[in-house]
Amino acid sequence: MTQVDSPQVATPRRPQAAQEEELYGLLAEFEDVPAVKSAAHALKRAGYRYFEVYSPFPIHGLDHDLDIQPTILPWLVLGGGLAGCVGGLALTIWTMAVDYPYLISGKPFNSLPAWIPIVFECTVLCSALTAVFGMLLLNQLPLLAHPLLKVSRFRRVTDDRFFIGVLKRDKLFDAERTAAFLRKQGASAVELVSL
Amino acid sequence: MATLGTIQHEAPPVDIDNTHDDPRHRAPLVTGDNDFASVTTKVAQLAQRPPALWWWVALAIASSLAGLLLALIGYLLTTGVGVWGTNIPNGWAFPIVNFVFWIGIGHAGTLISAILFLFRQDWRTGINRFAEAMTIFAVMCAGIFPAIHVGRPWLAYWLFPIPNQMAMWPEFRSPLLWDVFAVSTYATVSLLFWYVGMIPDLATLRDRAKSRLGQIAYGVLSLGWTGSMRQWHRFEKAYLLLAAIATPLVLSVHSVVSFDFAVSQLPGWHTTIFPPYFVAGAIYGGFAMVLTLAVPARYLFGLQQIITKRHIDNMCKIMLATGLIVAYAYGIEYFIAWYSGHHYEQSLFVHRLFGPYAWAGWLLLTCNVAAPQLYWIKWCRSNPVMVMIVATFANVGMWLERFVIVVGSLNRDFLPSSWGMFYPTWVDIGMLIGSFGMFLTLFLLFCKFLPVVALAEVKTVMPQAHAPADHGDLRATLGDEVRSGGRH
Repeated sequence: MTQVDSPQVATPRRPQAAQEEELYGLLAEFEDVPAVKSAAHALKRAGYRYFEVYSPFPIHGLDHDLDIQPTILPWLVLGGGLAGCVGGLALTIWTMAVDYPYLISGKPFNSLPAWIPIVFECTVLCSALTAVFGMLLLNQLPLLAHPLLKVSRFRRVTDDRFFIGVLKRDKLFDAERTAAFLRKQGASAVELVSL
Repeated sequence: MATLGTIQHEAPPVDIDNTHDDPRHRAPLVTGDNDFASVTTKVAQLAQRPPALWWWVALAIASSLAGLLLALIGYLLTTGVGVWGTNIPNGWAFPIVNFVFWIGIGHAGTLISAILFLFRQDWRTGINRFAEAMTIFAVMCAGIFPAIHVGRPWLAYWLFPIPNQMAMWPEFRSPLLWDVFAVSTYATVSLLFWYVGMIPDLATLRDRAKSRLGQIAYGVLSLGWTGSMRQWHRFEKAYLLLAAIATPLVLSVHSVVSFDFAVSQLPGWHTTIFPPYFVAGAIYGGFAMVLTLAVPARYLFGLQQIITKRHIDNMCKIMLATGLIVAYAYGIEYFIAWYSGHHYEQSLFVHRLFGPYAWAGWLLLTCNVAAPQLYWIKWCRSNPVMVMIVATFANVGMWLERFVIVVGSLNRDFLPSSWGMFYPTWVDIGMLIGSFGMFLTLFLLFCKFLPVVALAEVKTVMPQAHAPADHGDLRATLGDEVRSGGRH
């Protein structure tokens, strides 16, 4: 018996070579958090580099095993916030004190304290927009298609199952041996994923 | 109760009491014999199954009332603001009362989603999604009223700094313009926060959708989410940043709304206590609305084990705490009125309790000062009927508070010759009721089509989410940062 389960979705028959080329990688299913964590750890120790853990909720403590670097998102948000702040100041000062100065109750044209709420809201708005769209951009979302989303087993990644995907581009990748390795780490199912 | 809901066909979920305060072990946040799959099923099936009969009945009533609101807006626009009881001196009256009421309701949602998140209050996960939905729908209701109150809403674009043929700009010194910026920012940020938090759960609905339409719709909305650790890593960072941004924002919004009053010279409005008093009142009234929706919803949708008795209990306690702040603010208002020695101020506060609107003044104290004290008693916090009664009192009380502030301060002008009473017309009352209809219509549609509970977040607070070795795993973001040697 082969170590690789037959894919649940019927894939059209192709010559072996073509199928190899169109391979995305291996997908291993795990039933709980400790299993997937130890498997990720084992993959890292075995020298794998191109693999990813998928789960229904964030699992902490995997950053080292997955080589996840700190995200630059906070810096982007800082930039967005500063831009909003400067933009708010420019808007109020320019419209009220430069473009159309208008005397109201003897208040100074540039009534800086009165601009604080406007500047604050502009800062908040721009930081929030940067946080959301920056996150989507860094995560490369929206994504129109992904090989894993075609795997019917993978539907449970948003429910109660944990997955490890090992990419074909990894130097150590070998369909049979990697599958055997993942099974040894406690995978309840392993299957090939085509592009 | 077979007609009540589709959920009822299954074995009825047991409503487990987890409100005990036993310091030896943490109370479970998801009760019963639930695992990840059962939690997913309980929430996702609400969007997958055809809605129950009660849902159709409620939607029919609510959408009729929403239609009434739209019809009355049409009547107002074609006829003029004379259809309202608004007059001089009561130039603000119902539209502004409704505006402040609805915008205040929204604050509980942001408090739950942002402030409780920063304070690591894990129980928020059960209720944050629909509290955030409530925020957005309340802000939408709120936005309508000032827009139609300007009298000529087709000129409402004057509120925004858009270059125009008059070469004029809006007046940035005015709190009314601060309000435009605060409310529109609040609406945008709340919507983004809600949507971002929902992306993983929309992916759950995508993966479970049976119909082609559902697969496409949820597929587009979930943006191709795969749940990879790299996605989660940036997602969590973005969520934390949004919470940190939304926290000062929510405090600023009702402060700015209170500036509409406090910056003026009018006795009863010109008070430095207004910003904190408005924020506390908004949270108090907002939690009352969350309870009003949550208590029936957990039965109707069979979510007693996810929105547990402890959630209800905690929300009652927050209402009690913020209610006490509100009561203190009322006390200070009266004290300062007396202590200031200011004739107009003093007479206004005497009129508040003994003048033509004394009924509102006393009812306000009953609803907002007396009623929440019942929450000191544990039985009142665990009995759903009592919870609903007190929450209803608070809802009424918070609307009355704004009525007392707006009309109560305007109707006695400085000169007795300028005094005037305000009487709402049927259009005023119809619009108030219609705004509730719109709010409920949107809420019912949300309950049918979107994930009502933040599934991914609830799963993180279940014991199964924690590997045995790293106890307290998910509250250990800080620990991770130390381990990974920096930001995360």
